[in-house]
This record gives sequence, C-alpha cells and structure tokens, in this order.
Amino acid sequence: MNINQSAPPTLPYGQPQPAYPGYHPASYGGQPGSTVPPASYGPSYNGPVPGYQQTPPPGMSRAPPSSGVPPASTAQTPGGHATYSHFGQGDVQNGPSSTVQMQRHPGPQPFGPAPLAPVVSQPTVLQPYGPPPTSTQVTTQLAGMQISGAAAPAPPQTGLDYGPPTSGSFPNSGLYGSYPQGQAPPLNLAQGHPGTQPSQRSAPPQASSFTSPASGGPRMPSMTGPLLPGQGFGGPPVSQPNHVSSTPPQALPPGTQMTGPPGPPPSVHPSQAGYQLQQNGSFGPVRGPQPNYGSPYPGAPTFGSQPGPPQSLPPKRLDPDAIPSPIQVIEDDRNNRGSEPFVTDVRGQVPPLVTTNFLVKDQGNASPRYIRCTSYNIPCTSDVAKQAQVPLAAVIKPLARLPPEEASPYVVDHGESGPLRCNRCKAYMCPFMQFIEGGRRFQCCFCSCINDVPPQYFQHLDHTGRRVDAYDRPELSLGSYEFLATVDYCKNNKFPSPPAFIFMIDVSYNAIRSGLVRLLCEELKSLLDFLPREGGAEESAIRVGFVTYNKVLHFYNVKSSLAQPQMMVVSDVADMFVPLLDGFLVNVSESRTVITSLLDQIPEMFADTRETETVFAPVIQAGMEALKAAECAGKLFLFHTSLPIAEAPGKLKNRDDRKLINTDKEKTLFQAQTGAYQTLAKECVAQGCCVALFLFPNQYVDVATLSVVPQLTGGSVYKYACFQVENDQERFLSDLCRDVQKVVGFDAVMRVRTSTGIRAVDFFGAFYMSNTTDVELAGLDVDKTVTVEFKHDDRLNEESGALLQCALLYTSCAGQRRLRIHNLALNCCTQLADLYRNCETDTLINYMAKFAYRGVLNSPVKTVRDTLITQCAQILACYRKNCASPSSAGQLILPECMKLLPVYLNCVLKSDVLQPGAEVTTDDRAYVRQLVTSMDVAETNVFFYPRLLPLTKSPIENTTEPPAVRASEERLSNGDIYLLENGLNLFLWVGASVQQGVVQSLFNVSSFSHITSGLSVLPVLDNPLSKKVRGLIDSLRAQRSRYMKLIVVKQEDKLEMLFKHFLVEDKSLSGGASYVDFLCHMHKEIRQLLS
Amino acid sequence: MATYLEFIQQNEDQDGVRFSWNVWPSSRLEATRMVVPLACLLTPLKERLDLPPVQYEPVLCSRPTCKAILNPLCQVDFRAKLWACNFCFQRNQFPPAYTGITEVNQPAELMPQFSTIEYMIQEDDLQALKESLQMSLSLLPPDALVGLITFGRMVQVHELSCEGISKSYVFRGTKDLTAKQIQDMLGLSKPAMPMQQARSAQPQEHPFVSSRFLQPVHKIDMNLTDLLGELQRDPWPVTQGKRPLRSTGVALSIAVGLLEGTFPNTGARIMLFTGGPPTQGPGMVVGDELKTPIRSWHDIEKDNARFMKKATKHYEMLANRTAANGHCIDIYACALDQTGLLEMKCCTNVTGGHMVMGDSFNTSLFKQTFQRIFSKDFNGNFRMAFGATLEVKTSRELKIAGTIGPCVSLNVKGPCVSENELGVGGTSQWKICGLDPTTTLGIYFEVVNQHNAPIPQGGRGAIQFVTQYQHSSTQRRIRVTTIARNWADAQSQLKHIEAAFDQEAAAVLMARLGVFRAESEEGPDVLRWLDRQLIRLCQKFGQYNKEDSTSFRLSDSFSLYPQFMFHLRRSPFLQVFNNSPDESSYYRHHFARQDLTQSLIMIQPILYAYSFHGPPEPVLLDSGSILADRILLMDTFFQIVIYLGETIAQWRKAGYQDMPEYENFKHLLQAPLDDAQEILQARFPMPRYINTEHGGSQARFLLSKVNPSQTHNNLYAWGQETGAPILTDDVSLQVFMDHLKKLAVSSAS
Repeated sequence: MNINQSAPPTLPYGQPQPAYPGYHPASYGGQPGSTVPPASYGPSYNGPVPGYQQTPPPGMSRAPPSSGVPPASTAQTPGGHATYSHFGQGDVQNGPSSTVQMQRHPGPQPFGPAPLAPVVSQPTVLQPYGPPPTSTQVTTQLAGMQISGAAAPAPPQTGLDYGPPTSGSFPNSGLYGSYPQGQAPPLNLAQGHPGTQPSQRSAPPQASSFTSPASGGPRMPSMTGPLLPGQGFGGPPVSQPNHVSSTPPQALPPGTQMTGPPGPPPSVHPSQAGYQLQQNGSFGPVRGPQPNYGSPYPGAPTFGSQPGPPQSLPPKRLDPDAIPSPIQVIEDDRNNRGSEPFVTDVRGQVPPLVTTNFLVKDQGNASPRYIRCTSYNIPCTSDVAKQAQVPLAAVIKPLARLPPEEASPYVVDHGESGPLRCNRCKAYMCPFMQFIEGGRRFQCCFCSCINDVPPQYFQHLDHTGRRVDAYDRPELSLGSYEFLATVDYCKNNKFPSPPAFIFMIDVSYNAIRSGLVRLLCEELKSLLDFLPREGGAEESAIRVGFVTYNKVLHFYNVKSSLAQPQMMVVSDVADMFVPLLDGFLVNVSESRTVITSLLDQIPEMFADTRETETVFAPVIQAGMEALKAAECAGKLFLFHTSLPIAEAPGKLKNRDDRKLINTDKEKTLFQAQTGAYQTLAKECVAQGCCVALFLFPNQYVDVATLSVVPQLTGGSVYKYACFQVENDQERFLSDLCRDVQKVVGFDAVMRVRTSTGIRAVDFFGAFYMSNTTDVELAGLDVDKTVTVEFKHDDRLNEESGALLQCALLYTSCAGQRRLRIHNLALNCCTQLADLYRNCETDTLINYMAKFAYRGVLNSPVKTVRDTLITQCAQILACYRKNCASPSSAGQLILPECMKLLPVYLNCVLKSDVLQPGAEVTTDDRAYVRQLVTSMDVAETNVFFYPRLLPLTKSPIENTTEPPAVRASEERLSNGDIYLLENGLNLFLWVGASVQQGVVQSLFNVSSFSHITSGLSVLPVLDNPLSKKVRGLIDSLRAQRSRYMKLIVVKQEDKLEMLFKHFLVEDKSLSGGASYVDFLCHMHKEIRQLLS
Repeated sequence: MATYLEFIQQNEDQDGVRFSWNVWPSSRLEATRMVVPLACLLTPLKERLDLPPVQYEPVLCSRPTCKAILNPLCQVDFRAKLWACNFCFQRNQFPPAYTGITEVNQPAELMPQFSTIEYMIQEDDLQALKESLQMSLSLLPPDALVGLITFGRMVQVHELSCEGISKSYVFRGTKDLTAKQIQDMLGLSKPAMPMQQARSAQPQEHPFVSSRFLQPVHKIDMNLTDLLGELQRDPWPVTQGKRPLRSTGVALSIAVGLLEGTFPNTGARIMLFTGGPPTQGPGMVVGDELKTPIRSWHDIEKDNARFMKKATKHYEMLANRTAANGHCIDIYACALDQTGLLEMKCCTNVTGGHMVMGDSFNTSLFKQTFQRIFSKDFNGNFRMAFGATLEVKTSRELKIAGTIGPCVSLNVKGPCVSENELGVGGTSQWKICGLDPTTTLGIYFEVVNQHNAPIPQGGRGAIQFVTQYQHSSTQRRIRVTTIARNWADAQSQLKHIEAAFDQEAAAVLMARLGVFRAESEEGPDVLRWLDRQLIRLCQKFGQYNKEDSTSFRLSDSFSLYPQFMFHLRRSPFLQVFNNSPDESSYYRHHFARQDLTQSLIMIQPILYAYSFHGPPEPVLLDSGSILADRILLMDTFFQIVIYLGETIAQWRKAGYQDMPEYENFKHLLQAPLDDAQEILQARFPMPRYINTEHGGSQARFLLSKVNPSQTHNNLYAWGQETGAPILTDDVSLQVFMDHLKKLAVSSAS
C-alpha cells in the first residue's frame, strides 16, 4: 500500500528537478482519456494487492470495490482490463519480466492518469488509484502472479513466454512501423497478434524509449522516465488499441505459455507448478520450439506450439534454433519494456533487462541502474533458499551514471546533527521507515527499533500515517538520495581537502621507444582541462602532480612561482618517501605554464635513456605517501611497461609457466607473486589512494601481481600489449580521457544493511575489506560495481518483504563528504515458484562469473567449472522438481526467467579464464579475471555473450542499430558484413562474397582480396554505408566504458580464428562446448539429480 | 741575538714557531720539573713574503726510519757531496744537481682542483645567504668544482649539469646511508680503482664520473645562480609548536659520501650553512617539539641531553671519514638559538674547517666572515690549503707527546713518538684537512734524555716539521721547517733556561692543554689542575722565603704568566657559566687554531684607552681602567667593544662633537672607531662589534672581562675614586695573586 502511495508523492516533490513537473503532465495528461478503465482497473489492482498481503486494509480504503474480491478472483475476472492485469502477472511468472511492465503500462496509462490529476491534492486518498496505476499494476500483477501462479495451473497456458512479450510491445509498436521484416510476422502469427506486433519487435523499444523526438515536446527539460510513457502514449492512442489487441492474444493461448498467461489468468487454479511447468515445457522442449525459433522470431511461437514435442528432441542433435535464444529474449524485452519508464514504486518488481533501453522513475526504490538483484522475490527461509540454490545477490553500482533524462540523486542536508539514523542498526532514514505516535517516533524498517524523531525533524502525520512532508523530502520518498556528511563522518574528524591526481609515468627505454611517453605528455596537456568537476564548478578542485620513474623516481616541483619545473630524484626505492610537498600537487590553472613546460621536457629529458629496468611498488608507495603528506585522497595514474625487476620492494620475477595450465597449480598464475602488494594496497586504502594502471607490456608483466593494488583500491587496469603509437593511440587516449574524466568517489566506505532475516555475507568487486561488513574503496568510479551475496540468518516475513539499504560514504571530486543511499524493497515468498518467476539471469550470471573468477585463486580451474555446472544443474533441477508440471523425464524444462542460464553459463565456462585457448597468455587471463570482478550486469552480459550485428541486412536508410544475430558461425552469411563486440573487442567480419559495391564503399578498395586484414580504422568515405557503419561503431564504443579497438577480419583469413573465438554458441578450439552440446549436458546433469 | 724576546720574535716571523722553552733542559727528570712542558706553537703555513717555492724534490735522509729532509742545520760536506742528517747522523749523498737550502717547496703534478660543497638551510634569512653564496661564486677560481646540497626535512643533492629542468636527488632526512649506498643512489658507482691509480689518473677521469653534481664554476655559474635564486623554503609545512625538520646529519653524511666517492684525497671543502639545530634523523640534537629546549650545560651535567651522545658519535664518525679523505667541513651556523655546534664541533675541529656562529645570515658578521674565507694572498692565491700532513721529526733526545689543534692523528708510530700523550698523540704525523696561514698547532714534546747521559757541549736539539699540502693553486707543496735549540743542564744553568722561557707561548700552550682537558673532564678539575701547575711553576721559578708571601718575586720572563692564568680561569674556554654549550664549543674551536697573538687576546683581552690626556694607550684589563673621561676599546677576539665613559657619553649626548669648536672631541670619538675598523678588517671570523657607553646594557661585555678590582664588596675599601665597581663575587687579580703567593711559599704543598 505504501508503495502505491508513494508514487504520487513524487510529483509534488519535484521542485528541484524540472523533470518531475514535466513528468506529470506527460504521463497524466497523456492519457486522460481513459477514465473509465480506471475504475475497473482499480479494482482489479487493489484486489491483487490485498490478496497479496492478505489483510488489505489499504485495499479496503480504496473502496474500489472489488478490492474485496480476492486477487485470485480478479485475475479470473474476465473484465478486459482485469484480465490484463492477470496477464501481467502471468507474464512475470513466465519470466519475461519485460512483458509485465508492458502490460502494466497499458493498463495504468489509460486509467490511472485521468484520476490522478486530481489526486495530487489529496494524495492519500487518491493514491490508490492514480499513482498506483503503475505501481499497483505491478503489485497486482505480482500479487496476481503469486496467486494465480499458485493457483494456476491454468496459466500454463503455455508457451507464452514469447507471446506476451510481443503483446507488451504493442503499445509502442504503433510508433514503429519501421521494423520490418518477416520476423515480426511470424510471431504475430503464432500468437495471433498479427497487427501491431510485427512492427514492434525490435525497433520499438529503442525508438520509443529514448529517442527524444517523441518526448521532446513536453518534457524537453529533463525528462525523467515518466515522459517516455507519455510519449509513447501520447502520440498513439493507438497504443491502447494495441493493448486491446494484445488481449486477444491471450485468447490465442494454446501454444504459448506466455501469452497464455493472459488468457489463463482466469484459471483460478492454484498449483503454480502447473503453471511453471507449462512455461518450461515450452522451452525445454526442445523440439517444439525449434520450429518457432526457426522463424526469425522464434520465441513465442515456438514454445507455444510445441509443448509436447519437446520430449521428442531426444538424443539426437538439437536444432540450434529450437533452443532458447538470447537474441530473442533481448529483443522481446526491448520491445515489451523499452517504451515505458520503469517506475520503482512497487516492491519486488523485476526491471527490464540490461540490454533494454528504458527510463527509470524513482518513486521509492533505487533504480536498477544502481542495484540489480538475482531475484526480486526472496525465499522467506533459508531452507527454501538452499533448496533452490539460486544465489541471492545484488549487483550494486552506487555511483552509476544516469542518462541525462534521469535526475541524479538529490542531496539532503540534515544539518549539524548529521543524517537521521536508526539508533540501533544505524540504518539511514528512508521511505520505508514507519512514523508512529503522531510523528514523534519512527520505527526502523530494518531492525524494528523505535527511535525518537529529533525535534527539528518532527512533522505531523496525515491520516494514513504518512508524514505530510514526505514528498518534500527525498529521503522519505525516493529510493536513492544523498546526505551531506558531517565532520563525524570524516577521517580524523576533519573535512577532507579536495582530492589529487598524480600521473606517474614510466620513462624506461621501452616506454620512450614506443613513443608512449611523448604521446602521453602531449595528451596530458589538454586532458588536464577536463578533470572531473562537481556541479557547475568552473574549474576542477582536483590538484595534480607528476612523477616519472624507471629504476628511480623523479618527482617534479611545478609550483606556479617557478620559471622552470624542478626535478627531484629519489633513488632510495627501498624506503620510498616524498621529497616535497609544496609545489608537488598544484592547481592546474595556476601552474599551467610550468606544467606545460614539464610535459614538453619529459620526453626530451629521457630521449636517450638506456634504462630498461623499472620498479613498481615504490611508485605506488610514493604516490600514496604524497597523498598522505598532502592529507587528501586521490587517484594515481600509472603508466607502466615492464616486469619490475629492479632491486626494490615488490620486485618480481618472470614466473609465467603455461605448463601449469590444467594442473592443481594453475591457480598460482592468478595469485600475486608476493604479499607486498597486498600490504601496499591496504595502506593505499587507508589513505584513500585509488590506483589506475595502464600497462604497455611487450612481454609477460605479471598482471596478476601488478593488478593487486588497482584491484583493491577500486582502480582500473588497462592493458595495451605491444603498444605502438600508430595502432593503439586512439584506444589508449580514449581510455585515458575517460578514466581521467570519470567522476570518482574517494575514500569510500560502503555498507549494505538488510532486513532482519538476511545478511550480506560476501562481496565481489574492486575494493578492500578489513572486516566482514564494510566495503572500503579508496576510489569508486561510475563504472565500478560491487556484487553482494546475501544469506539467511533468520526468517523473512512475506508481508513486510525484505529491504536492502546500501549506504556509501565518500568524498566527492570537490572534496565534499557525502553519503549516498540506495534503498530497495524486495518481496519474500514461501513458494519456490515465486522465486523462479522473479529471477534475473543476467544478474545471476554476473554473480556466478565473479564467484567462479574468484574461485580460480584458490581451486583448480576444473573444480571451479564443475562447481558452476553443478550449481546450475541444481537450480534447474530444483525448479523441475518443485515447480514444473510433471512430465517426461526426458523433457528439459527451464524456468522462463532462466531459460538463458545454460547458454550464458556455457559462455562463462569457456571464457579465457576458465578455459584458455592456446593463444591466450597468462597475463590476458589475469587481466580479464580482474576486469570481470567489477563489471556490472550489462558489461558481463555482452562480455560473455558478444553482440553480433549484421550490417548489410537492413536498408541503409535505417539508422537504428540492426537486430543482433546469435553468436554462431552458422549465422554468418558470406555475403554479408558483421560487427561483433563484447565490450572489449570490436571486430568487423567481412564475408568472402560480399558485394563489390559494399567493399568499395566501406573500404575504398576494389575487391575483397584488397582489403587489408587486421585493419583497425575504416577509411572515412562519403557514402551512406560507410557513414552508417562508422556511426554504428562510434555508437557502440560510446556505450562501453572502454574503447574497443576495431579489427577487420576477412573470412577465411588467419585472423578469423581470433574472431571465431567470440562465436560463443559454437564449439571452441580450446575445447569449450557448443551451446547445443552444453544444453544436452545440462539436461543430463539435471536428470541425474532428479533421479 | 740581543735578547730572548727578539730571538723569539724572529723565530716566529721566520718559522712560525714559538717554543715555551727556548733553552731545553737536558734530562727527562729536569724537564718534568719545569712544570710547563717543552712545547711549541707551530703555524705551518705562516705567510712569508720571502719564501720562494723551490722547484726541486726535497732531499731525504737515506735512513729508512729517519727520512729527515736536508736542512740548514745539517752538516754539509760540499766537497764530498755529502751531508749528515742532524737527526740520525746518517751521512747522505747529495743527488746530482743539488745545493743546500733552507726550505724546500716542490711543485706537484696537477691534481684535480679543490672543490667546494655548499649546503644551505631554509631559513628566514635564506635570501641573505643566497646572496652570499652567489657572491662567493664570483670569488672562486673558474676551474673550482662546486656542488650544491640543500636540506630541510629532506636532503637534496642538486645536479648542476642539466639543461632546462633542474634536477636534484633527494634523500630521506631520517635515514643514514653508507657511502656506497649514496654513490649507488646518485648513480656514481664505478668499479673500484686502486688508490694508486686514482692518484695518477688524469684529471678528466674525475669530472666524468661526478660531473653531474660537481662542476667547474665557470661552467655552471649561471645555472647555480639561478638554482640558488629559485631555492624555496623547505616545502614542508611546520606545524605550530614545532621546529622545522632539519636533516643536518644526513645532509652532511651525503656530502661526505659524495666527496668520498668522487674526490678522495683531493682538497675539498664542505660548507655547512645551517639556520637551526638538526631535528631529525641521525645526528639530531633536539626533537621537533618547541617546548623541549635544546640541551644546556645544566642538562649535560645532569645527563639530561638525550640526543647528545648519539649525535656526537654520528658527527665524529663523519668527521673521521672526512679527515680520512682529506676533505674539510666548515660550519656556518646562524640562528638565535643553539644549532648543535657542541655535537658537530668535531667536524670542524678534526678536519680543520671553519666554524662560524652568528645570529643571522643577514648580519655583516656572517657576510664578511664568509667573504673573508675567499680572501687572497699577495700572489692572488686563496689563503687556504688542503689535505696537509704534518710530520714531526726530532733528534733522539726528544720525543713527540702530541698536538692540540685542528688535526687528526695519522697513527704513524715511530722511534720519536712518546708513550706519554699530551693532546692527540701516539703518532708522529697528523692530517690537517683544511688550513690557512694562521692555523696554529700546539705541539708537545717530551725530553727523554736520561740524566746520566749528558749531552755533549754545544749539542743542540733539533726538530723538523714537514708539512705537505695542496696549495690553493692546486699544487702539491712541501714546507719544511727545521729548528734547533741549545740544551742546558737544569741544575747548573737554570738561569739560562729561565731566561729563555717564553711566557706567552707557555700560557697559550698550557691553555690549550687546559681546554683540551675541559672537553673531557669536569670544569672544576681542570681549574684545579691549572692552579696546581701555576703554583708549582711559581715554586720552581719564584724567588721567595719560605712561608713569607711578601717576599715572593718572579723574574721578568715569568712576570706576566700568572696574570694570563688568572684571565684564562675566567675565560669562556674554561667557564661555561653564561655560555650555551654551542658557544663554548665555538670559543674552544677558535682557541685551538689561532696563532699565539690571537690566542693571547682570547685569554686576556686587550684594552686601549682614549682620552684627552694623551695618545691612545693600552691599559690594564681592570675595572680601575674604566674612567668617566675615557673611551675604552676592548678586543676579546670575538668581540670588539667600544665603551664611552660617563662624561664622554654625556658630552656626546650633548652633541659637542658636532660643534666646530669641539672638533677635537669629534676626533677623540672617531679614533677608537678607526682602530676597531682596522681590527675588524683583519680578523677571522669577524668579531661582534659593540658600541656602547656607560650604563648601556651592552657594557656588560666589558664589565664581564675586566679584573674586578673594585666590586660592590670592596668599593670603599680601596678608597679610590676612579674606576667602576663590578657587581660580581669573582675574585680579583689581587686576591688571586695573594693566594698564589701564599701557596707558592707554603712548604705544605
């Protein structure tokens, strides 16, 4: 209930952000028309909610009638809308979370809006309707789901998975038409939604959601999520129709489970199992699906159609088209959920996939950009959790970058007394705190402790028990916000000084010879103008310092009063210290001329160097000591070329030994060579010294050891093997710029608090922990992600759900001490089915990959792989056993939400770390290993399952990103050109029989044979194809946190081997299984577990 | 030879030598009864206009244990081309083209020039110091190598050869490093070269290795000037209540190590400029907490000086290393508080470096003193020499007991080395790393001739001083001084001996012994020892009737001696009251190296009176000399005080000097100023110049020195109207003499 209420609040609150205001109009105004529906809707919604909670006081209040009616019933209720809601639920269950949203939206929009308008004035009362619309819907859906799920065997209807999605997409669909093809049609056919759907598919999501054009009108300003919906709708009343039309799909029912849901909802019957089963059936069933898949749009249809067949698949080789396709799932989610904002006012909502473009409207829960969970419905007890084996984890990206349409968290200042917190568990004030006794006290939502409200914070409650100022206070109405920290939250009880950046440049022979030093110095001159700034600050508060080094260190005095920089050499590397304080860290604008002079001279000074030995640990030590002396936090940028063999602490020896691979000692390759770096890292963390490392190795440099400090201090590692200015300049400079300009939080501590019953027990990422609860981050940038695993230590309450509060205390770029709070409410369940229905496979893979990658430090790789497979098998077997309808043992049944688990897991298993190919170096593996550790869900998703985009399939005029195809050689046509990217690499594959015209317009050469293999830059040509391809490459690069260097690969060329490595659905040269084979293997494992 | 006084004077002028006894008691026993040991003050490089360098190798006595140098005292058989060594009586052949000579100098092959290492300290008057240093660059010969090390919390060795960016190597101020480590860290390591080879190596070799840090002045003149110009204060903040961190110990260690690695056995000078005490690392003298004051004599007595022993040890180790390499260390300490000279004194004392103490680098005291270091002689050469070794040879009746002065033992045993040490003994050779024309050593001898082995009539005892040194023109030179004195039987010829007593030299030599002892013994013990020696001397040479103090008389050659001793007892060399440990060290440092005249001034300051009653005249250093109508000029060596008597001061106040009719008064006022100026011009280090008057606070400088013949205790007893009473309980000379007489004539002692 609360949740529902919360939604409206946001509106009033809006003050600061234009977005909000804009929002209202859009969303509401957009759909005023549909008043009527609301009514009916309302009820249905309410209904569900109460049902959910069992005791639905709120529901009652709403009057809406039907509330009385149990959710279940609602579901059944045929009312058009009602059904809808069910649908939603059904969808959710099925897995395609996206669909759910889609459905909701439709519902709400038409209805909610209208009533809402008035609502504003009387938030409480109206709320139920208005805002809720969105939220409610969700809840209802959820509720419904549970209920129906439980009840409903009926839903089974089927293979809907796909179906629904399509339906979901409809709304938007109207807009697009653009999307062509045949693919769409098939679906339609299958589901019976013919009309609109086709178009929607891939295109819609994108177009609708982000392209500003649509939204342009009203929200121009800031554009929070809300707008989107508006747009979508606004234009198209059509959308509604779609919905309507979608309904029908339900009817279609038969085959598709997904779609089925809609229809099925009606079926009151309990047995979730049944429900699921059906769904599963659709997938697993290999056979059945195949047909559908075959068609461009495999998904829905397929499943739907062949529930039965699956079993048939049997022994023989599976048709690759018949097995769950990541491409399909992604497309569906895009179509279904990309068009409307994801409003976070309902607890336990599964957000759209990371591959979907969507806007988020914070109405009480943190945006999925900040937190994603493996499951949004947590088992109440550890028994159930253990049974399912589904890891409960959250992937948190506390400082995530938001699209410009979404406002960054508000900063709240609670004055001298500091942020208001629970006295017992120290949780921070959040929307879930319950105010009682007329507002004089509040009960902590985490530990239930009753606290007094300090006088200056007192506010009266309205008749619903809500503070009247709730919407004026971000900490009472939003999922994410920031507190200004008081001096109590600062080191040594002193407000921090602004952080500093220290550039530490290797000037040994290799670095000079490769041209690195010259390039870097040149770049730094301009780069220094772009240090991160806060808000509207005119210039960055960050000070900079410079060090060069080989076997000894050279510090530079660049004090503004000097005519020339001064170099200070420290050769006592065994006992590093900083030779100067004043003049080392300077303000860029003040010391501009001296710095420029220095950067001009560095390459000259060392031009004749013959020093080949380098040190490493002392360099970090020096930077850290410099920050310590200056009493500030900061970031070191190290540019390093070689294995540090000079006599000094942290000296390393070449211990690369490929013979260790596949032995019990393989783990040593991932372990640090010496403990010195660990110790050093600890000191760095204590000082808030974050280390970013740029490596330019020509041979083995022991990345495993060198990356220890960056890893533990929240820094990034970049590696440019065999660096050559001509080839790698762009990549390096781009990465450097991005890293320097990144917003970073310094000297941070992150703590995750949870409701009593679960507890954060394990953490993965680039940070250091000196105890079991506090994640210490010397630096945390916008891309760094922390994965947190939870375990039960008590029972959770289904009614109150589970709350997470992630609090990050950090120093901003301007030196301001702040606390960023993210809150997220999850549902709790007693039924396994609910768990399986609310999982997110991408997040799960993120967790499992990190878990496995950490595992290789301590266990043989083989063991790690086996563990992964076993766990995955157990998860699926548990589902099969407890949630799926009884069926032949030969049938592989996958939960809708996890149908991609096998394919993704296989990708993890055959990744370089867990199954290295012959060409993969030890350094590469260590590099990737540490890279993955702090990846977010979107990054792991594409990293493990690369995107393969055909370039010439769609008309040139079509400017949107072409739909991806599955990463398999079979999908490549030799008459086509493809782009493949995984976040790190970017390949342009050219088929041998590509049209000459295409070759000419892309490469400016006359024929295929003239194309230079390994080319890294496409010629700039003035023709549509060239522009489009280059534009696409640019946009792909823009999406990733690291610059992807392009490699042009010709079919049948040597380099193709490299490329093929990324076709992850195929059998790999290093022995990795193909998708089909692995699925069979999984199936076997599951059967074993079941028998 | 008219009188002994003339003889003594002539000897000093010619050889730079003054003996306590100019006729030597011929037996050991008698010699010990003389109380004042047979000793001399030697000024090895005494400037002589008529001393032409001789371009020949010295001719040595062929006896391996002797190797005395041919000298005028040798009997030469020109016909046989033979000469007899006057020390061992070995008969030697002359080398082919040779003729007799008195003193021999010899050109040496070009050795790498001397180098100067300069240190700087960050201080408020850094600017002044920078200017002084920049000025000093212009005074150096263009081919002198210089280097620059600065220190504060860290120590920076500046690289001088670089273009564009100035480079320096930085060392932690808290960590002592071995020479090897320093060289490694500075990138100076090179394969060890046998000493022999290094010596003969061509000059280019050296500059090559060390060129980054030591460069000829003419090459890096501009560089260094800029560098000095850009020096900042230590870039580390000093928190309130703390002293700035100063890593003097490490800085010095690095300088020593740097020179050790680059120019061993070549003249070099490390000039330490410090504006405060070392506060961290090895050699720290005091912590950085301002609330803990630097050790005082009181603390030292109470054994409360926490860092003193350790620091002293550190600096001694450095001093010895420096000396071993033939380099010298100067310390220029300018600060209002102490700077740790007590601990660091060995650096200068052992190596022959200068020690200058001032309040600020911005005073003329420092500036002129510093400038004077680079003064030149009439040949345009610097008045400094490096890496000298002094060898002393004696005829067989004598042995060497030791020396006291800015030198270090080379531990060369030999037949002429006595087992009884006085000063630094046990050797016949010493090293004086840095010396100038006034550097004077006290050398003590022991007569070993037994009483029953009379010396043949006419026999003379001979001593030869051989000083090898690197002249500032980079030549290697040898100066040989050979002297001879008559022997006399103390029993039969006591009168002769007595008449040949040089009481001035004796006073200085005894004072050196006393000060030397004071370094290691309790003050009162030293005073007692001095008193006892004085009493014994009076007993030996006084003429008196037992138990009748009024009958006591001393001959002319002894008459002044007790008075010297009286003032010595009151001097800052032996009294630490009212002096900080640093000041004591500073005074003692200078006392141990100045020549006789200066030393005497230090012991008993000179007082001149200026009045209308006659020309300026020296007057007694006595409170009775302070008269209202006089202007006094006192020279204590460290201070020049001009004191206007009460009346004079009033006249001046009234402005008479400005009235044409009182021009004579103006002249009177001017006269002492002119004289003072003259002294100031010549003195090194530049004295503190004090201009005061009756009742002025600065008058204390005068009042503390004069003999307190009138005090508040006896003011009216004397019944004199002249003079100024001194508020002190110190005994006056009169009282002292009375006691002395009483004790001398007493048969009890």
